[in-house]
Amino acid sequence: MLEASIQKKLWHFTLHLELQLKNEILVLWGHSGAGKTTILHCLAGLVKPSSGFIKLDQQVLYSSADKIHLSPQIRNVGYLFQDYALFPHMTVRQNVMYGLKSKKHNKSSLDPVELLNSFGVGHLIDRYPRQLSGGEKQRVALARALAVQPKLLLLDEPFSALDKNTRESLRQEVKKLHRQWQIPFILVTHDEEDANFLGDRLILLNKGQPSQEDDKIASSQLVCREG
Amino acid sequence: MFSLTDWSPIFLSLRTAVFAVIAVIILGLPLARLLARREFPGKDFLESAITLPMVLPPSVIGYGLLMLIGKNGLLGQTLAGFGITLVFTWWAAALASTVVAFPLMYQSAKAAFKSVDENYEKAARTLGASEVRIFLTVTLPLAWPGILAGVVLSFARALGEFGATLMVAGNIPGQTSTIPVAIFFAVDAGDNATAQTLVAIVTGFSFLVIFWVNRWAKRQNY
Repeated sequence: MLEASIQKKLWHFTLHLELQLKNEILVLWGHSGAGKTTILHCLAGLVKPSSGFIKLDQQVLYSSADKIHLSPQIRNVGYLFQDYALFPHMTVRQNVMYGLKSKKHNKSSLDPVELLNSFGVGHLIDRYPRQLSGGEKQRVALARALAVQPKLLLLDEPFSALDKNTRESLRQEVKKLHRQWQIPFILVTHDEEDANFLGDRLILLNKGQPSQEDDKIASSQLVCREG
Repeated sequence: MFSLTDWSPIFLSLRTAVFAVIAVIILGLPLARLLARREFPGKDFLESAITLPMVLPPSVIGYGLLMLIGKNGLLGQTLAGFGITLVFTWWAAALASTVVAFPLMYQSAKAAFKSVDENYEKAARTLGASEVRIFLTVTLPLAWPGILAGVVLSFARALGEFGATLMVAGNIPGQTSTIPVAIFFAVDAGDNATAQTLVAIVTGFSFLVIFWVNRWAKRQNY
């Protein structure tokens, strides 16, 4: 369960976000420059909001009133970057192991090799990111983000760099993954098919103002109106 | 045509340059990392001051060092109280080389750190890695080719330091008479054989180092 109410002043407008998210997929939909990535950065702790609070499973991650701002390292928030940000000088195995080595206290039951196998990229374990296709990078990056067993997964434009076929199959995988993991996913996209297929809920961002939060039918109407 | 009776300038120069490189790595890398991604008032001023030794005439640097570590210098007086004199010792030569090599290390390292995509560091943060671990396992390895270039440039600059060294360390054979200083005084004394030998050695050595590093850096692209 994620609860957040944050404001973030940017140079030309102020972002407002109110949300309560159970184990659903929330799609943040909007044009580039609408502040989508900034919202993910705020939730992950990479950027400090101007005010408000963020609560994840009863744990306060950020609160301007109580002057709490947990570092990204201890937030248990997984983040899939737009360009995947796989460490180029490490193999697939080292990439996936990277987060596990940071968590000394956590006796993770997740075997990274098994995790990679379940994503269908177990055979690539000794390769370097430059030797992978877009879809393979995406799967490795997902495995790396999930290996640390986050309580919330943020996906920034996860399919934007992929061709149509890969995009469709990965959409299915993300949906399946969400059912397995039972944690809230927040997905940023400006692709309406992504939004319709994956979004349990949708927030349309317009200059930082969530102008509408709707169920899927209403949101697709919204999308139609945009087009 | 080539002959060398006293080999001490070569060992002295190597020792001085190695000391200078280690010093600028220890001082320059953390500073470059700190300033690469941070904006604060006075940063431009600080960076200009750091870069200054690169463009100042060596005699100005030498004079500045004398004001600092000379017998009546700011630091020199204090050190004299402990019975320590730096001027006209090997330490003065090492210090002069360090000062002129520092901007090269700093500039190269800063550019190298800036060239590392910030998303790698952010990703490492969300994976729970401490800032020190991120620096050692992500930032430093990815910035490595640029840092190595800085190491080589500062080594070459330290090896070639002449003007400031002459002013603060003089020409004491076996102590402060590094290759450039020895060449100057060999020519001055009409000892062409020694001068030519030292010139050949330092040119050949410098060429080899730079050649090797360029080759090596070429293979390090991800």
